[in-house]
Amino acid sequence: MNEIDYKNLVPYGDTTGDGAVQFSFTFPVEPSPKAQEAAAQMVREWGFSDVKVAHMSSVGVGFAYFVIFGRAQRGVNFDKVEVPELTGQRLNYKEIDKRILEEIGRPIRVVGANTGFDAHTVGLDAILNMKGFDGDVGLERYRGFYTVNMGSQVLPAELIERALKEKADAILISKIVTQKDIHIADMKDVILHLRKRGLEKRFILVVGGPRVTHKLALELGYDAGFSIGSYPSDVAYFLLEKMLERIGKKK
Amino acid sequence: MGFSATLPLSKTKITRCRAVAHSIGDEVATLVQEHSTVGVERTFLRLLGLNSATEQEEGLLYPTSNFIVDQVERTGRLVEGSLYWVANAMVAENCSLGDVEAAVLAGKLDVGTVKPQPESAVLKLGRLLARDGVAGLRSRVKNRSKIKRKLKDPAKLKRPLLYQIVATGNIYEDVLQAKSAVMDGIEIVAVIRSTAQSLLDYVPQGATTEGFGGTYATQENFRIMRAALDEVGQEQNKYIRLTNYASGLCMAEISLLASIEGLDYLLNDAMYGILFRDINPVRTLVDQHFSRLLCAQSGICIMTGEDNYMKTTDAVKSGDSVLASEFINERTALNAGLPTSQMALGHAMEMNPQYEKVILMELARAQMTRQIFPDSPLKYMCNTKYKTGDIMTSHVVDAVFNLLGACTNQGVLLLGMPTEAVHTPWLADRSLSARNARYIVNGAAGMGEELGYRSDGFIAKFAQKVLDDAVRLLERIEKIGFLKAIERGYFADVRRPATGGKGAKGVFRVGPKYFNPFYEMMNSRI
Repeated sequence: MNEIDYKNLVPYGDTTGDGAVQFSFTFPVEPSPKAQEAAAQMVREWGFSDVKVAHMSSVGVGFAYFVIFGRAQRGVNFDKVEVPELTGQRLNYKEIDKRILEEIGRPIRVVGANTGFDAHTVGLDAILNMKGFDGDVGLERYRGFYTVNMGSQVLPAELIERALKEKADAILISKIVTQKDIHIADMKDVILHLRKRGLEKRFILVVGGPRVTHKLALELGYDAGFSIGSYPSDVAYFLLEKMLERIGKKK
Repeated sequence: MGFSATLPLSKTKITRCRAVAHSIGDEVATLVQEHSTVGVERTFLRLLGLNSATEQEEGLLYPTSNFIVDQVERTGRLVEGSLYWVANAMVAENCSLGDVEAAVLAGKLDVGTVKPQPESAVLKLGRLLARDGVAGLRSRVKNRSKIKRKLKDPAKLKRPLLYQIVATGNIYEDVLQAKSAVMDGIEIVAVIRSTAQSLLDYVPQGATTEGFGGTYATQENFRIMRAALDEVGQEQNKYIRLTNYASGLCMAEISLLASIEGLDYLLNDAMYGILFRDINPVRTLVDQHFSRLLCAQSGICIMTGEDNYMKTTDAVKSGDSVLASEFINERTALNAGLPTSQMALGHAMEMNPQYEKVILMELARAQMTRQIFPDSPLKYMCNTKYKTGDIMTSHVVDAVFNLLGACTNQGVLLLGMPTEAVHTPWLADRSLSARNARYIVNGAAGMGEELGYRSDGFIAKFAQKVLDDAVRLLERIEKIGFLKAIERGYFADVRRPATGGKGAKGVFRVGPKYFNPFYEMMNSRI
């Protein structure tokens, strides 16, 4: 077996270093030998070699669908890749609950909402509702959390007002709809409203959603971003750590 | 032990469920008798023909029916009904409906302040207007069924119809995608609405090219998509059905516009709005009744939203609340004169695919629902909750969904997308999804009639338990009352008080002289 080259890491098909990549895409032209050659040529021009068109078929009104395989010529230097990561540690609900009550001595106060036009509360509900998600109970169930779920289509100003009124420690927002990057615009909007009122440091700011990454969240001024695969206990654990940091019990 | 083509479900328990649902339906009927809403009142005016709009509001047009109902509401006259005061204005001014419309739009007439005219003359004219409105709708519906009869109807094939959604935000882009879906074998196209629309208290006007996560439901958008589907349907000699969403604050208005423009299905479920959009329960239950009356008149098949309960709770355990809600939806639809063949009751395959025997449990639920509602073209929805970016695995989950749907002969399969958890479907995603479904639905045609169920097997026992739990749940709902049950989180673990929610302001108790001849003309059972 060949040694893996971490300085030039390429995809793995069936042999180390083969750089095998599978593409599927649609062209807005009818399938034809010309369309097939055009698709292959495009992939070659992207820098892939050994380009094979495995499948071409008609899709809808005048579209051609392709499955194409090729080999990447250029890899990535794996050693130089940097990613801000949330602490990977996981505690279960009971352990977190116990630590909040022992170490913070009162429930952490959380206000959650879907802001902007987004009406999809599945993610927010999964984190906040008693029931939680996939066996991991929601924050409502914790004795260590006081939660307010404002639901969908909440204006940033309303959210901030409520968070102040509830003396919240943290604000949770959920973004599902991503068409035309509306989730990013909405995320910025909340930060902007906080800044206008000089409140950007007042709350722990957490955002979640399928297309939200921790990196994106940090860039926009949030304390954390939770993506697909996050559970209520992940959010709970993060809030515990952050609260400890805030009250000076942890550096 | 024996085998049978059907699951052994107790007829006594099913009958008991229907009896309890009947009494719950009576509670809803009382609400409908005692209340009206601004949405219902606006729909009356639209039914007379007042479907114009004017004045920009955030780039959208504001409908005339809203203007007039606002005028009548402002002077406290809405308790007599919008029709009464429009007729009153016509008597006072001795003019036509068109004149009233023009004068209101020109800012020269306030229907809310016109001097009251002799009651007998107003009522006489009001009845005439209502009769013309209803007759106009009926003639449109008749024309529509002529178009439908000329084409081959895939519903006659006695297998599930294939349903997909388009959602670009731009109606013209939607047309291209819808036609493409039809070319790939799709028989029902839904244009999903812009995500904010359910909370708008008016229906936007005209063709729209901007939306968030969907395209605005407007009369013009309906017309554009209807024409496109008729066109592609004619090319393929196949009747293509069009779906939209009559939910949210403009439930009845959307139903009317859909009736006028020849839509075939409408998502229509007050419970969905209450639980997932926090719409005031009384508002939406009252809106729903008129909405369903219109559907009954127009041959529109309603779809209900029980599939959504399974998204927020564990679907293995929520079977009882889904079934209970289906019984309640069946009853409230019957009260609006809808035949069972026009009720696409909703459910879904939403259990965690990692559970052992999950496919058996899903089969049990799907077959049970089929047997309990034999005449309903059940709307069976694919898994969405446990879809991930692992698109190939998602495609396999969809294949199992298609097979279960075909074997249990569901009415409509709301097809899954491999990229469900990633983005609104790309053209090729929809095509792959359609190919998956075509292969399986075609290949498994009649399979349900070839196989049977063990009478004491796991599948039978699972289905029996769901039915047992549903009987108990319905009895508990009946005991504390439907609105109280919603308030206490009996459905989908969401709690909604009867006085809260969006649009509560638009509900009112009707006065002693409330004038609404429509319900009777449309054979309402309430």
